[in-house]
Formats: sequence, structure tokens, C-alpha cells
Amino acid sequence: MLIQDHSRPGRRATAQAPFNLPEMTDIPAGLRRCARPILPEVSEMQTVRHYTRLSQKNFSIDTQFYPLGSCTMKYNPRACNSLAMLPGFLARHPLAPDSHGQGVLACLYELQEMLREITGMSAVSLAPSAGAQGEFAGVAMIRAYHLARGDHARTEILVPDAAHGTNPASAVMCGFKVREIPTGADGDVDLTALNTAVGPQTAGIMLTNPSTVGVFDRNIQSIARTVHAAGGLLYYDGANLNAILGKVRPGDMGFDVIHMNLHKTFSTPHGGGGPGAGPVGVSQRLEPYLPVPLVACDDGQYRWLNECERPDSIGRLTAFGGNMGILLRAYVYARMLGREGMGRVADFATLNANYLLARLRSAGFEVAYPARRASHEFIITLKRESKELGVTAMDFAKRLLDYGYHAPTTYFPLLVPECLLIEPTETESREELDGFVEAMIAIRREAEEDPDKLKDAPYSLPVRRLDDVRAARLLDLAWKSAEAEHG
Amino acid sequence: MPFIPHTADDIAAMLATIGVASIDDLFDEIPTELKIGELAAIPTGMAEMDIARLMQSRARADGQPVCFIGAGAYDHHIPAAVWQIATRGEFYSAYTPYQAEASQGTLQVLYEFQSMMIALTGLDVSNASLYDGASALAEAVLMAVRANRKTRSIRVLVPRTLHPAYRRTVHAIVAAQGIELIEVPFDHQGGHTPVEQMDAIAGTDDFAAVIINQPNFFGVLEDVDALTDWAHARHALVIAVVNPIALALLSPPGDWGTVGADIACGEAQPLGMPLSSGGPYAGFLCCKQEYVRQLPGRIAGQTLDLDDKPGFTLTLQAREQHIRRGKATSNICTNQGLLVTAATIHMALLGAEGLERVAAACYANTRRLTAMLCEIPGVEPVFERPIFHEQALCLPAPTADLLRTLAADAVLGGFDLSQDYPELGQALLICVTELRTENEMRDYADKLARILATQT
Repeated sequence: MLIQDHSRPGRRATAQAPFNLPEMTDIPAGLRRCARPILPEVSEMQTVRHYTRLSQKNFSIDTQFYPLGSCTMKYNPRACNSLAMLPGFLARHPLAPDSHGQGVLACLYELQEMLREITGMSAVSLAPSAGAQGEFAGVAMIRAYHLARGDHARTEILVPDAAHGTNPASAVMCGFKVREIPTGADGDVDLTALNTAVGPQTAGIMLTNPSTVGVFDRNIQSIARTVHAAGGLLYYDGANLNAILGKVRPGDMGFDVIHMNLHKTFSTPHGGGGPGAGPVGVSQRLEPYLPVPLVACDDGQYRWLNECERPDSIGRLTAFGGNMGILLRAYVYARMLGREGMGRVADFATLNANYLLARLRSAGFEVAYPARRASHEFIITLKRESKELGVTAMDFAKRLLDYGYHAPTTYFPLLVPECLLIEPTETESREELDGFVEAMIAIRREAEEDPDKLKDAPYSLPVRRLDDVRAARLLDLAWKSAEAEHG
Repeated sequence: MPFIPHTADDIAAMLATIGVASIDDLFDEIPTELKIGELAAIPTGMAEMDIARLMQSRARADGQPVCFIGAGAYDHHIPAAVWQIATRGEFYSAYTPYQAEASQGTLQVLYEFQSMMIALTGLDVSNASLYDGASALAEAVLMAVRANRKTRSIRVLVPRTLHPAYRRTVHAIVAAQGIELIEVPFDHQGGHTPVEQMDAIAGTDDFAAVIINQPNFFGVLEDVDALTDWAHARHALVIAVVNPIALALLSPPGDWGTVGADIACGEAQPLGMPLSSGGPYAGFLCCKQEYVRQLPGRIAGQTLDLDDKPGFTLTLQAREQHIRRGKATSNICTNQGLLVTAATIHMALLGAEGLERVAAACYANTRRLTAMLCEIPGVEPVFERPIFHEQALCLPAPTADLLRTLAADAVLGGFDLSQDYPELGQALLICVTELRTENEMRDYADKLARILATQT
């Protein structure tokens, strides 16, 4: 039942709006609405009950194991939320003077500096609102760098075939052509193909390391040398930074620009799809182009640096310069971990992934890159189950929901057939991982006995399997009032 | 170890299962020379009670001055229920609803949000949010250039009355694709964008789109019907930039001119999002049905399950980067889902009448403070035309100095227009929402009068 279906003419949550309704005399009738918009007319309790019940129809980290590969669904500490929502932080207007923002600016400045140290880059901007906006900013800086040197020939960005879809999409938004580089059989970038692809047209390469196939590219230094020798720059997609936090730094690997997903590595909430935060870090030569605003500190006084102080910046990505409340959550998380906690994230994320891989392998599941060490995530392929039993990775995924586990990432990366990309994260206990292995074994047994049982899953959720094809063909994207529908 | 549950026994057993001696062995494929030692510049970890003490003192340090700044972010009442529900773990810690059956809560919220946004804007479809109002406008511009097959132009008319930060954001995001943004000057008496100005700038050129903002950055109401018809006569699409609270009062973009605006976008912050130094907020983007396949970002749709029971799922995903990669309508992936949850609960609690009461209170309060301030010699409105809830004022002294003095006395007196609009001289933009009281307004007027009196 939709909130709109609870609506009754004349009902209101009266306490939530001003009691007076002044006359509005000087707005010409032609500019006024003819009729009120049709919004729900409901009481406060109906609203609270409706949305509380809706929340109960969700899987979430707070209620379920959520081993989604490349998404880093780790525990979101509650303190990060309550401290970012202190009234002083919430009430501050974005255009309030710096004199009335020293507290929030101190947090943001320290976060900026910590991220710089963690990534080994020479400067960081917190401005991008999410990973994809960080990618856009990063590629825009690569573009600005080449253009500032009068090098107009660099029209191409190289992207491995295993990359996230945002990589090619961001490169295209910045006006580049995209050339795909294949992944070798061992999971590393195909160096021969890379050597053939680079040239005077290469603006840069976008890499995720560890990659989305869940292995650390052992040739990263050689890749950096090849691309730099051709005059291109290296972009680091920080989606998998959790795997190497406090262990290895993208700056030391030779990357010129990096974005981080704070909603992954720094445990800010995913919120059912956002908000995120996608700060960018750069090597010295890209520093002038960082997106605004930046935070500066002179003699203990913090201030924003905007377009006038940063004339070569690629500019502004949102009206007010970023998801400050999310940055505050990441700041609290980073301070709680501290220097000794950073490396532990990578240690235990990697331990959990390799343990889960070892257990699934000994249970007879096929690992996509058996000769390789897993990073914080790994791929199993269900191509044998698909061939012999007729059940797909999607069927496994849907049946896992009935067992109380969120499904791993399915059908990504595209180069491995019937794949599940599994990322347990460091915050899950051994018992939870064991439970997941037992569920996988039980589901395979079901597939052997009665494959249709998987095809029709899930059974125990608020809805059975949904018809996506119907959703796209018979578009129903909004509730319509009875009047709108009939007249 | 904060947030890591492993006991010594767990670690030993897990290493034995993997078949390695230590956790360090798991990193043996990383070249040794790349491994770092201690991150010396990072402070050591803090307990929750210690970080709480630090954050409380910093939040207090920012004070809580009385705010008369609007300029794109507005200090409205937020019902207590909004964030108590939005921060329930089931909403707060859920991922993007790709596994629809396990995400019916979030998906239904998105569908309800989309329904409410089309009710407010009068258009046919809405997406499930973009980062903020300014980036939503940038996406609207890209969308209009793709969608306008009649003119096939890459030029877009942008009024100078549009928020300066929006103009800068749009430029930063669309310039690399060769799109030309052409500024339209405003009428200095009215503070609006007359059709004659459009004619003068446009000449005989073709345009992909015309941006119309209502109210404009000065709070002034534009002649949206005439501007819309002007654009459509030249086969340009109309992109409306609107404030959702103002839409409770003002003609919705779907009703503008003869056939209505084609795209509407804006900042959803006034719908239940705290000011929070500028974010997280949420951008909304709505359009006519015929452009739905050019709409960027996630869209929730209703469908049926195996038992023919209705349910919700993300749809038209072939527009998006995870399917279409380099040919997607946008690179956006993560959006502002949790803020949309808050906005949906907020709109349910306020309803159309509640939003109208909020809008009317802002309208009345802004006129009340304007009247008080204009009693001070040398203070007067800059423009003649009617406004919504923001008012541009001329001042008899440099704006920046006055604002600094007021801020030292815990009053944030407005937005200094003299940087972005030097042609207006010493000018200030004030905003008075429903939260400001008669006493706060009187206090502001008294303080400004006193400061100006000591200066002359």
C-alpha cells in the first residue's frame, strides 16, 4: 500500500506546519498555481507507521550479512552518524562566514590531510559527491593538464574490460574516446595489449587495483612506466581501496590521480543508494586543477578556497561543494581507527576474503582465478552448475535471500561467466562467514535435487521474483490520482 | 580492535584453513618495495567517548547564529519523525536496491518520491535523485542537448538571474562536451529576464534549450509563460529550475506557457534536509514522458512478481552506466537515496496544505523584514517586481563590512550580492523562512540601524 493510498481529504499532520496562512496579495494570479498539488493527506502516526513498515522490507547491514563485491558493505558505526548530526553542524548555512565554521572546517581540513597521507598523493579535494563524480573530476583534471601544456592530441582514455561502468561513462562525459584493454588469463592487465594501445593519443588509463576480479595487479609499476613513457597519466579508481588501506599507497604505485569512495572504505552509510562522497587526490602536477572548494589552514585559522583563490581549478561540481555531513562521518571513522586501525582494515578484509574463498573452494565451488591470492574480494563461477543443473548465478543469488543473506554481486565483471563477486569485509565474524558457506552448500544441494526450487526463489521475502522486463515495457513510474487516471 | 570481531582463536583457525602462517603472507603478491610502514602523520585511534568530546566542542565552536541567508539553501522546520525514521538502520545501512526483492522498502520510497515530485512539478516522470540542484541542472542541460532532435544545437541560453554557483557548476560539468552556455542579461528595474532580452541575445540562432528559473536568484518572479512560449517558438526545450516549497504556491512547470516546460529540476534541500554546511542535499529532475529514455539517474518502477503481486524495481537500466558503459545517459551511480527518503517522509507529513502554509509564512516574513529594514535611511529594495521569499536590498555602506559586523553579533544578515553582481552596487540578498520570529527580525533591524548610524 502506497502512502498515497492512505490519503483522506482534509486529514493533516497539523503540528508540522505554521498555524497561520497569511494572504498573498502581490503575486499575480497568472503566476499562481490553479490547484493544490495532489500530495498525501495523512496523519503523523500514519506516516510514521507506514515508513517504519517500509523500512522492515529492506535488507541492510544492520540486519543481514551483505557480501556485495566491490561495494564494501561494512558496519557503519553509529557514533559517526550521531556526531555528524550534532545540532551545531546541522544548523550551519553553507554560505555562513568562515568565522562561524571553524569547527566543521577543522574536521574537513584534518580529513583532507589524513586522506593525503593514506593515499600518498600530494593534495586532496573533498568536493566530489560520490565515486562517479570523483572520476569525472579526475579525468577532467587529466584533460586540463594536457590542454595547459598545449597537447591537444590526447583524445583517448584506456580502460580495462573489467572496470566499473562508471569509468568509461566518466571519460565520455569529459569528452574522451574510450579504448578497452583486455584482462589476461591470470587476472592482470594484458601488457602486450597495453603496449599496443598506448601512444601520443593516450590521455591516461583508469585502473582499479586490486581489480574487480579481486587480485592485485603485480605489474602495476610496469604499467605506470609504460603509460608515463607515452605521456599519459594514471587514474586510480578507489572502489577497492579497502583491500590495501594502510598497506600500499596509490601514490607510491605511480598514480597521478585517485578518487576514494568514503561510503565504502570509510564506512559512511550507503543509505539505499547514497549519499556518498568521492574525494580526489592528485600528484603535484595536477594540484592546480583540483575541484573547488578546498580547505586551507593559516596559523590555526581555517578557510575555504574557492574559484578566485584557485583560478586553474576544473571548477565546482555542486552548488555548495560537497556532502559535508558524509565527510564528517568519515572523519569520525578515521579518527576512531587511527593509524593503527587503518592497516587492520586491509588485514582483516583480506583474511576474511581468503578464508571464505578457501572454504567455498573446499566445498567444491569453482574459483575464477585459482592460482591467485584473493584481495578483499574474489570471484566464484557457477558455470558448471549452470551447465549441469540449469541454475544460474541469479538463481543462487535469489535463493540466498531466503537464507537471510544478501546476494553477492552477480554478473560483474562481465568477463567471467555466471559469476558471483564476493566481498565479506573486515567487520564480519568467522561464524557469519561459516553460515554463508553452509547456505551455499545447502543451495547447491537443492539445485541438484530440484532446480526449479531455485528458479522460483525467493519465497520468504515481501515479494517473489519480480518481472523486470514487464517493468521496462509497461512503464509505471508514479502513482496517479483517480482523476488523473480517468480524465 | 574497533569494529573487527576476530579473536586470537579465530585468526589462528582461519589462517590454518587458508594454509598460510600469517596475515602478512596474504599480501605476498604485492611487490615488497611498495609496502609502507606506519602512517606517521595519522593520529592514533580514539575511543567513542573521546571523539564525542572533540566533535561536541567543534560543533559548539560554530555557534548558532540567527540565519537570514538563503541563496540556494533554506532553514526550514524539519519534523522530528523525518530523521528518526530515515536513520533507521534498515534505510541507513542498505545498499542501492539492485536486489529488488530484498529492497522493497527503499524502492517503494523512491516510487512515492517520484510520484510526489511529478505532483509538485506538473510533469510526467521523475528520477530518483541526483547529487544536488546545481548538478541536476547540468544533467538537465546534457539531457536537453541529447533530446532536442529538432534544432540539433549545442547552444543553451542561461539567464544571469540564475544562481551564480549553478552557472559555474553547469559550466564545469558540460563544457568538455563542447556545449555553449550563452548568458542572458536581466532587466535592472524589474530584476527579471524579459522576452526582449532573449530576442536581443538570441538573434537568429538556434538553441537546444532555454533555462528559466522561478523564482530567480534574486527571489524575483519571472514571466514564465511568455519565456516558455518564446523558447518553444524557436524549437528550444525549456528547462525549469524551481524551488519545491515555492511550487506549493506557484504555477508548476508543467503548466508554463501553452504546452508546459519540458524538463524541471532543482534542489530538494528545503524538503527536510538540514543546512549542514552545504550537503548532503538532493537534486531532483523531472521531464515529459517523451524524454524518459534520456533521463539520467535511477528510476523506480512498479511491476508484478511471479504470483502477480505488485512490487517495485529499478527500471530502464539500459540508460545507465553499469549496463551501457560509455554510451550511458550519465556516469552517475550513487545518488542521494537517504535524502530522498527524508524528503518523502517530509512531504507526507506536510502535505500540500502544509507546504503552502510554509511557503506563505516565508512570503509574509520576508515582506515583514523588508519593511523593517527599509525604515532605515538608505536601505531600499533593488527591484520592483514581486518576489517569493528572498529580497534584494540596496545598502548605504559596503555589504561585506556590514555582514561581518552583524556576524560578530550572531546575525547572519544575508548574501552579499556585490561579488557576483557588481552592477548592483552595495547590495544584499535576504531570506526569511517560517522559522524566523518577529523578535529575531526586530533584533536584526535594530542592529543594522545601529551599525549604519555609527558609520555616518
